[in-house]
Amino acid sequence: MIVSIIQDTGILTAVSTILGIMLVIAERWLSNYGDIKININGKRDIVVRGGDTLLNSLAEKQIYLPSACGGRGTCGACKCKVSEGGVPVLPTERPMLSKAELADDIRLSCQVKVKNEIAITIPSDIFNIRKYRSKITEIIDYTYDIKGITFQLLDGDTIEFLAGQYVQLNTKSYGKVRQSVSRAYSVSSSPEHKDHLQLIIRLVPEGICTTWVHNHLKVGDEVEFTGPYGDFYMRDTDADVIFVAGGSGKAPIKSMLEHLQVTGCDRKMTYFFGAKALRDLYLTDEMRAFEKVFPNFKYEPVLSHPEPDDVWDGKKGFIMPYFKDVIRDANNTEAYLCGSPGMINAVTKSLKELGVPEEKIYYDSFG
Amino acid sequence: MEITPFVLFWAAIFTSNILLTNFLGMCSYLSVSKEVESSAGLGIAVTFVLTATAGLNWLVYKYILVPFHIEYLQFIVFIIVIAAFVQLLELIIERYVPALYYSLGIFLPLITVNCAIFGVSLFMVIRNYSFLQSIAFGAGSGIGWLLAILMLAGIRNRLKEKLVPAGLRGAGISLVITGIMALAFIGFSGIQAVQ
Repeated sequence: MIVSIIQDTGILTAVSTILGIMLVIAERWLSNYGDIKININGKRDIVVRGGDTLLNSLAEKQIYLPSACGGRGTCGACKCKVSEGGVPVLPTERPMLSKAELADDIRLSCQVKVKNEIAITIPSDIFNIRKYRSKITEIIDYTYDIKGITFQLLDGDTIEFLAGQYVQLNTKSYGKVRQSVSRAYSVSSSPEHKDHLQLIIRLVPEGICTTWVHNHLKVGDEVEFTGPYGDFYMRDTDADVIFVAGGSGKAPIKSMLEHLQVTGCDRKMTYFFGAKALRDLYLTDEMRAFEKVFPNFKYEPVLSHPEPDDVWDGKKGFIMPYFKDVIRDANNTEAYLCGSPGMINAVTKSLKELGVPEEKIYYDSFG
Repeated sequence: MEITPFVLFWAAIFTSNILLTNFLGMCSYLSVSKEVESSAGLGIAVTFVLTATAGLNWLVYKYILVPFHIEYLQFIVFIIVIAAFVQLLELIIERYVPALYYSLGIFLPLITVNCAIFGVSLFMVIRNYSFLQSIAFGAGSGIGWLLAILMLAGIRNRLKEKLVPAGLRGAGISLVITGIMALAFIGFSGIQAVQ
């Protein structure tokens, strides 16, 4: 009996092993495209091993295109122009590319495999993006599920970024999670501090990175991140400003306000912060303090579902109905939104209905 | 009576269509049948994989499972063989027929979990088919599946402008259509009853 079980398992293992080895050999042999040259912006050539995706091949050469989903083709952040030698557009890319982008040879670099010589165009500020090593110096509990974490750069390194931009944390393996993922978080500290930065991170149930941050990271741990990424930063105009944030979306707007505190600003600014209940509010005193710093700034937390015992005499319900009270001239109003895609969509729709031009609505969506 | 591979091939397409009589391979059938073009792509890929894995699994069954008396492991072994074959096929197509890869490539991983493929391998064992019969049965089943998904895609294409009750839209109306198509296919069994 036992002998036959061992024999049967052995045969099954042998069959799977043989098939596995065949596949490994086939992959080594079939996916080996040799060394391949990539021309960047017509200026610089790099040589990579063919067969991998463009995103990974570039990262190996320390060129980091933004990617929030980790190469699964779901965030669309890693777009880049493949001007020569690109293979046909894959069905996995189509949902992320508009007609204009398709016509302009824009591709998702996480889906395009490098198999032959290609030429690509990437914005030159991508070259400022690099990897940073840092040490955690402070972890603050803002609410029951939101933490603020301060990262001090190692070896006297410094980082230049615009208030509102984000970085990508690279996780290490922890517990049962073996793989390393990278996830995007907005910087919440002011760009004046070049030797450290703070991120505000909300615990997402089952989230690989947020679980790691919330339950495994300690003060003193070393963490790697890349950045800075993104075009969510304040435009230098004199238009009125509406900030809208929810949850950890407070981060980039905190950075913007702290930066404005240094440069000075007398624009009319209103900051709506959406939360469910009193226990979701944080940094309220700090935000209120800005009302004294700027001549024309107002902080408006709005609670959508206050708990029965919450003592709250502020604004309630959705944020959207309050916009019309603060808009003086819709055409001369800019909006900066940061939060969940659902919130961004609803707020954008409501602002457009009130006459705020679509090109003046800037947002950073947690896709 | 020994059924010739030729008869088996036609029977698998019409009188005992793998999808319309056994309702196998439903998930990709329902989800990919929105466009005629992608349906055709997936259908061709399924046909190819079905034919090849029917032959492969027949050889594995006859020369590995039976001699070692481990027929009861056929479920696991068949699935492993199908998965490995699809992976290999994907690599080969990507390397040597890039054009085909770009139109078909993303469907290949879907096929690994297509139950029609696994079903054919199991039927072939239960019905004690010979090697040639298995290949013919595999090819016929594949073409039958292709035919069914193409028809559904064509009908769904026409339904796009029609007012379908909200509750029936999507999978609901597709299943109703499939049921009616299955009834229509019963008409073919008048030709010759083969199983």
